[in-house]
Parts: sequence; C-alpha cells; structure tokens
Amino acid sequence: MFYREAGQFKTNYRTDQAVFPIFQDKIGVLVILAFLFLVVPFWFNDFWLNSIMIPTLIFSLAAIGLNLLLGYAGQISLGTGGFMGVGAYSCYKLTTIFPDINILVHILLSGFFAAIVGILFGIPSLRIKGFYLAIATLASQFFLEWSFGRIGWLYNYNPSGAIEVSTKRMFGIAITGPHATSLTRYLIVLSIVVVLTWVASNLVRGRIGRAWMAVRDMDIAAELIGIRLLQAKLTAFAISSYFAGVAGALMVFMWLGAAEVESFDINHSFLILFMVVIGGTGSLIGSFMGAAFIWVLPIFLRAAPRVLGVDISAATVEHFNFMIVGGLIIFFLIVEPNGIARLWQIGKEKLRRWPFPY
Amino acid sequence: MSDTTLKSDGGSSMSQTQRNWLITVLILAAAVAGSFVAGSDSLLYKVFVGPFVEMYEVPDLFVQVLWEGLVAGTLYALVALGFVLIFKASGVFNFAQGIMVVFGGLSLVGFYAAGVPAFLSLALSVAMMYGLAWTVERVVLRPLVNQDPLILFMATIGLTYFLIGFGEFIFGGEPKTMITQEIGLPSGSYDFDWFGGFVSFQKLDIAAAVIAAIMVGCLAVFFNKTRIGRALRAVADDHQAALSVGITLRQIWVIVWFAAGIVALTTGIMWGARSDVSFALQVIALKALPVIILGGLTSIPGAIVGGLIIGVAEKTAEFYWGPLVGGSIESWIPYFIALGFLWFRPQGLFGEKIIDRI
Repeated sequence: MFYREAGQFKTNYRTDQAVFPIFQDKIGVLVILAFLFLVVPFWFNDFWLNSIMIPTLIFSLAAIGLNLLLGYAGQISLGTGGFMGVGAYSCYKLTTIFPDINILVHILLSGFFAAIVGILFGIPSLRIKGFYLAIATLASQFFLEWSFGRIGWLYNYNPSGAIEVSTKRMFGIAITGPHATSLTRYLIVLSIVVVLTWVASNLVRGRIGRAWMAVRDMDIAAELIGIRLLQAKLTAFAISSYFAGVAGALMVFMWLGAAEVESFDINHSFLILFMVVIGGTGSLIGSFMGAAFIWVLPIFLRAAPRVLGVDISAATVEHFNFMIVGGLIIFFLIVEPNGIARLWQIGKEKLRRWPFPY
Repeated sequence: MSDTTLKSDGGSSMSQTQRNWLITVLILAAAVAGSFVAGSDSLLYKVFVGPFVEMYEVPDLFVQVLWEGLVAGTLYALVALGFVLIFKASGVFNFAQGIMVVFGGLSLVGFYAAGVPAFLSLALSVAMMYGLAWTVERVVLRPLVNQDPLILFMATIGLTYFLIGFGEFIFGGEPKTMITQEIGLPSGSYDFDWFGGFVSFQKLDIAAAVIAAIMVGCLAVFFNKTRIGRALRAVADDHQAALSVGITLRQIWVIVWFAAGIVALTTGIMWGARSDVSFALQVIALKALPVIILGGLTSIPGAIVGGLIIGVAEKTAEFYWGPLVGGSIESWIPYFIALGFLWFRPQGLFGEKIIDRI
C-alpha cells in the first residue's frame, strides 16, 4: 500500500543478500528504531517502561536465543530458564569478583558462561532427537535450578539465598540498582537487544545459519552434503545459550534488581517457548511479536476488570487469566500454527496490492 | 524417496557400545581402587564405596529405601503410561497428563465434599474424565490434526494452563485431603522384623501397587483381546492405513484420552492419598518424563519397567548419595540416570533400533 519495490534491481549477490534488500524496508526499520530510541523515552511513563517495554525487550532477546535453536537448528530445548539463570548468576559473580569493570562488559561476558553450560547440556542432542531431546534438556533445567538454590558460592552465601544488584555507575549515571531510573535502564536494554538482534540476523543468513537450517530440515541429508552435525548442533546450543544468558543477566540487573531460584524455574522456560511458538518459529521479528503478545496479554487481562468496572477478587482474576491465556494459545495454534510472524507476512502481502487486488 | 536406508550408527554400533561398557567399567574400577588407596575419609571412598558398605551393613534400611523407590516408581510408571497411551494412538506428547492427575483427584474430592456418596463420586469423576477426553478431542485435537508435533505439544501446554485456571476456579487452590477410607483404600502399615531391624510397608502403598498391576493387566487385555483394542493398535502402527480400513480416528482419540484420563484419576487418588490433593501434584508429570527417555514414548512395558527403575534409582541416590552434595538431588538425578542410560542404549529400554531414512 505504502510502497512497491519495483525498479530496485540487484546487480550483485551482496546487495541481493543484504539484511534489508528493499530500500523502503531499511527506512522502515530506521523509523522504528528512531521511535524506540527517541519517542518512547519521552512519551511513555515509568509504568510503561518498567513493566512493559523493558521486560518485553528482555524476553524478546531470550526468545531470539531459543528461536535460533528451535526455529533455525531444529533442536527443542526446555532449559531456557536455566540458561538465563546461568547468565544472571555468572554476571553476579563477575560483579563481585571484578567490581571495577563496567557492568555492561559483565553482562555481555556472562553470556559466555551460559554458552559453555549450553554446550555441555547440548551434547545429548548428538544422540537423541525430538521430544526425547526436549526431555533431556529438562535435565539442565532441573540441575541448574538445584545449583542456584544449593551452591552457596553462587549467591555469595547470602542468608536470603537471593542475588541482589548493587548500584553501578557509568559516566556518573547510575545504571543498575535501586537508583537507576527506568529510562536509563530502558535505553541500555534497548541498545543491547538491537545490537544482538543485528548479530542474530547476520548469523542466520550466513554460513552457520544455513548449516543450522540444513540440520533442521534433515540432519542426515545435511551430514551427507558435508555439514558437521557435531559442530552445527553444538554451535546452535552455544549461541542460543549466549543469548539466553545475556537476557538472564539483563533481566536481573536491568529489570528485577534481585532474583532467586524461582525467577528461573521451569515455567519460565515454557514462557519463552510460548513466545517463540506463538511468535513464529524461524523468524526473528516473530520473537519480538511473540514476546510482546505473551507478556502484555496477562497485564492487559489483569487490568481489564478494573477498567471495565467489574468487581471480582484478585484470585479469580488470576484463575481467569490462566484460562484465557491457555485458551488463547490453543486458539492461536489452531488459527495460525506458524505464529504471528506468518500473520504479519500474510498481512504485508495483502497490503502490497491492497487497493487493486487481483 | 530412495530405498537406501542408513543406520544412524552404522556397522560399528556393537563395538561402540562395547567400548562404552569397557570405558565405564575401567573408570569405575579405577575409582574403587583409588578410594581404597585414599582411605575411608576421602571423597572417592564416600562416593564409590561408602554407600554400598552402608547398604550391606544396615540391610533393613536398604530394603525400606528400595520399597519407597518401588512405590514412587509405580506412580511414575502410571503417569508415564498415560503419556505413552496418548502418544501411541495420536502422536501427541501430552504435557497435560500431570494436570489431568490433579484434575481427577480434585473432582473426586470435590464431588464428595458436595455431598455425593463416595462411590458415586468416583463414577462421576470417571464420567468427568470422559467429558474431558471428548472436549479435548473436539476442541483441540480435531482442528489441529496433521500439524507438527511441536504445535500439538504446545497446545497441550495451553490445555494445561487452561485446566489449572479452570480447576482452581472450580475447586479452589488450597490443598485437600483425599477420601482414602471412604473409597475403600486401606490405611495403616505392616511392620516386619527383618535383618535385625524393622521394615514397614504402608498398606496404602501395597494397594497402590496391586491396583496399578490390575489396571495394567486390564489395559493389556483391552489392547490385545477387544475389537477397539485392535483398532487402537492399528492406529498406533499407522494412522493412514488404519483410516483406510475404516477405523475412525476421532473415536479412537476419545477412547485413548479417556483411558489416559482413568490412569490419571487412579494416579491422582493414589498420590493424593500419600500426600494431599493440590496443584503442586502436577509436578509428577515432570518426574515421569525421565521414565519416557528410559522406556521410550511408544512402549507400555517400557513405561512400567522404566518407572520402577527411575523410582528405585531416585530414592537410593537421594538417600545414599544425596547428603554428599547437600540433598534434594531428587529433582534432577532421574534425568541424569536416564541420560546415562542413553549412553549405552540410544533407543531406550524397549525401543527398536533407530533407522533413519532419507
């Protein structure tokens, strides 16, 4: 409706395989980024930033991580919550061991610890597939949950068993801890998410991503055309866990401010899995849409009775919340099993020839 | 599709398994030898020799632990059986099995609390499980037929959420006591003086084992001797072939979900009688998952034997090795046992040799 790509001819492979081959798409992304960086900070209040924008971005990052593994490499993992926890706890340990180094460095480094753990627990994927693998990844989830609760060294032997974020400053501005404003935290989270999304989008269209997709579509065939399964599967686990780990570190340091074992439990893994499947497997933009949908829906549902003026108890609202979320998930899977990303694509194609469809 | 088939492990699979065995035996032998050299205070001794000495010296305690393991194993086996029944007939990995257990138990207690006589409320609960099976088939499975297994799995997680909300809305979230006596389950225990100590068997646990055995026997007769059972096996073998000889898939699905519902109700009663009937019970679905790795998703004997192995291994490990690392290893040790098992038999306990086709 708004634009057509007619007349944009490609004369070499480089331009044809660019992230945004169409000029107007590039402008569109820049407009969205400008909106997120320049308009949102001034327009949205603290509630919006703190309980909608920041968590949505963080969960999108985790969802991208899982999507790389599930949607691109075809390996099911139910351990995302655990890997996020590894990121969070290793970031916490890094800040206690090296308190003088910038927190952002710690956050980005903590992903590597998650990646190492991810590789270890990805090893079973070489022998088992499908649901068996999904169950095997639960081993990582439960083992990590247990470690976070039982190994005192991880939480510095705090009596509460929780990890708490102290105030860290960069250029004199508090960026973590209770003194940091939600605006600074939002901008930092947004920057990291944008950079990592850019990395992910380049990964999946490069050699590694194409190897993953070959493994996903049929691993034996991939092996026959010369892709090393071991390498492909383990890099998928490593990179996916890196993203999850950074998301976990961001979650604790930029959003929650404190966390304990329950922040990384199995329900968390399912939440991220929902975001990926509802958003659309094998689609980066789908991860954002799925995260936004799954995160905002319960907030909306909780607010709805108050807005409508219906007087029901908080417990009942919570029960209905569960029912509606569960029902909507089933409904969504029935209507569009390929997720919101597919709906988005269909919508775009319809819009393209909107005034004059043929 | 070509006729070429490739075995995943190729011709060297036997020697590889043998090599695995050899490596394991050598490591164990080295560890035991090392622990004797290092003396009885060393960690090696505590891991590799101490527990066995303890088992030998205090046999009554060992018998008690084994018995606890067998009882827990029976219940895991029942939950795993529910998974297997549904997976065999419809290819759905039914995550909702755990909440179905809770739902069965809660509806029984709920009907009784509403003033219905005990056995009538049992019948009503069975009817309710049928209603659930019918609804699930109509609302969830039928529109999702032929979808990707992952989508169906996600739909059952959606179903789990829905049932959690629905159940809490109807029955309330607080734990309830199972009506053990009213439905004729025994209480008390048999105590024996064995091996110079005393071993106690709860009558309830014996009843659970007997009922589980009877139920498995009934299912075996049902599967092997009745017309519907034959149809079920035909569907499990090949959906399309079954359709082409005039078997209605929809009817079969309702029946298997109903059968799984009855298994869930039984599990709910047994487990509820041991502790309380509460929503926390649904975690036993997660406890039964390692059984699936061990026994395979399609094997009923695998579910039962796997359940018993996991139950015994879990309790023994928790009791004898748990204190070494701070306890509560029950949550993850079954997964590691199952994964260790895969090291020797990638196809599971009763699984057929995995053959990948191109």
